[in-house]
Amino acid sequence: MNVIKDRVEVAIIGGGISGVALAYELSKRGVEVAVFEKNFLGSGSTGRCGGGIRQQFSTEENIRLAMESVKIFERMKEELGWDIEYYQGGYLILAHTEEEVKQFEKNVRLQRSLGLDVQWLERDEINDIVPELDVEGIGAIAATYCPTDGHAYPPKAVWAYADKARELGAHIYEFTEVKGIIVENGRASGVITERGETRSRFVVNAAGAWSPIVAEMAGVKLPNKPYRHEIMITEPLSHFLDPMVISFHDNVYFRQTMRGGIIGGWGDPEEKPGFNFASSLKFITTMARLLRKYIPALKPVRVLRQWAGLYDVTPDAKPILGPVKEVEGFLQMNGYSGHGFMVAPMCAVLLAQYITGEPLSIPLEPFSVERFEKEVRGEVSVVG
Amino acid sequence: MSDDQEEEIVCRCEDVSLKELLEAIDRGYTTLDQLKRYLRIGMGHCQGRTCLRLAAGVLARKLGKRVDEIEWPTVRPPILPVEISKLAEVDERDKR
Repeated sequence: MNVIKDRVEVAIIGGGISGVALAYELSKRGVEVAVFEKNFLGSGSTGRCGGGIRQQFSTEENIRLAMESVKIFERMKEELGWDIEYYQGGYLILAHTEEEVKQFEKNVRLQRSLGLDVQWLERDEINDIVPELDVEGIGAIAATYCPTDGHAYPPKAVWAYADKARELGAHIYEFTEVKGIIVENGRASGVITERGETRSRFVVNAAGAWSPIVAEMAGVKLPNKPYRHEIMITEPLSHFLDPMVISFHDNVYFRQTMRGGIIGGWGDPEEKPGFNFASSLKFITTMARLLRKYIPALKPVRVLRQWAGLYDVTPDAKPILGPVKEVEGFLQMNGYSGHGFMVAPMCAVLLAQYITGEPLSIPLEPFSVERFEKEVRGEVSVVG
Repeated sequence: MSDDQEEEIVCRCEDVSLKELLEAIDRGYTTLDQLKRYLRIGMGHCQGRTCLRLAAGVLARKLGKRVDEIEWPTVRPPILPVEISKLAEVDERDKR
């Protein structure tokens, strides 16, 4: 085991997509960073997620973060030198009620005003995108479709960022848990790990569902709560499904991986917050019934495995990014509420810009934790 | 690397050779969990019953550890591949 660096510019807690993407963006700008990951890279939530990359959100903040992230995903193979199995097969979002139709109309207006190419599909046009979908059986009455949405294989995105960051001089410590944050004169000035101390000018909390625990180490309270989210994958099939299919009404999403398996999740509305990673029979039976209903042809297809990961949920389903007023130099990069993988690339750019004093591409204020002191209007397009 | 290693298959479901496994370990993927995500060994139909045992042995030898010191990835249900239609018919309240 190598001894950890005793001094860097930025100490990043958490080796998921956020932490390694930020390590890369900072290293690229000549800033010396260290990433501390208590397990292996991507072991927390990134490596467990569905890998979807969508831009169809209901709030301007989330749409802009996602659109900028897609631009980064589009050039990632070239920039980072890894094939992360990125595929722009689109997202098909189904509306089942008149109320949803109204909300989606509003979403599409907002998305288009921000320059996103989104299509409105009437009931009889949905099968043009996914012929196998039983539109009548699931009661879909309309849909939106964005062809530049897509998906990737999350573990490879993490390694792609980490490898490039290391190449540029970043120190990435796996199996190294942060036990404390050094705060001196109201300023975060390093981390205490199980392998020693590292002093730094900034400490970044990119610990996903564990972020409130990490924040507590610096005496900062975050409103995020961890929620289990279960997911499953089938045996590989020949490619037939291009887009991710989502229904907020049924709280379900699924897509086909480049290997061929159908991967999908269902959010249990009765799920309670907590660090629960158990696989449940309730999930797999519900998911099986939903898949059978959505695409009857999947009936004979076999499920290979199910697992669970944690959503890091904020009260308005938007991330928490940037400084906190209690502790100077303690930056937040968490609270993605189930959309971390898809927006982390742009969030990393923003935090790197903030740290180096560059002009920000997107203002950080709307993502400040201080927003929760006021009344909040949340993201409604979520599989909760 | 010898030709034998290229031809020796460790994971039949995902078609991974011994050579690929040894290269992955050399690249720093030194736990079964990482190797699983990197090479997809243990993600196929057998869910690791064949490949992970072999990989654990190879990994142990490379790291100079005993096989029982190698940490095993979480075993995921449903253990054996089960058809969607069969799972859909299970009543989850049935605790038998």
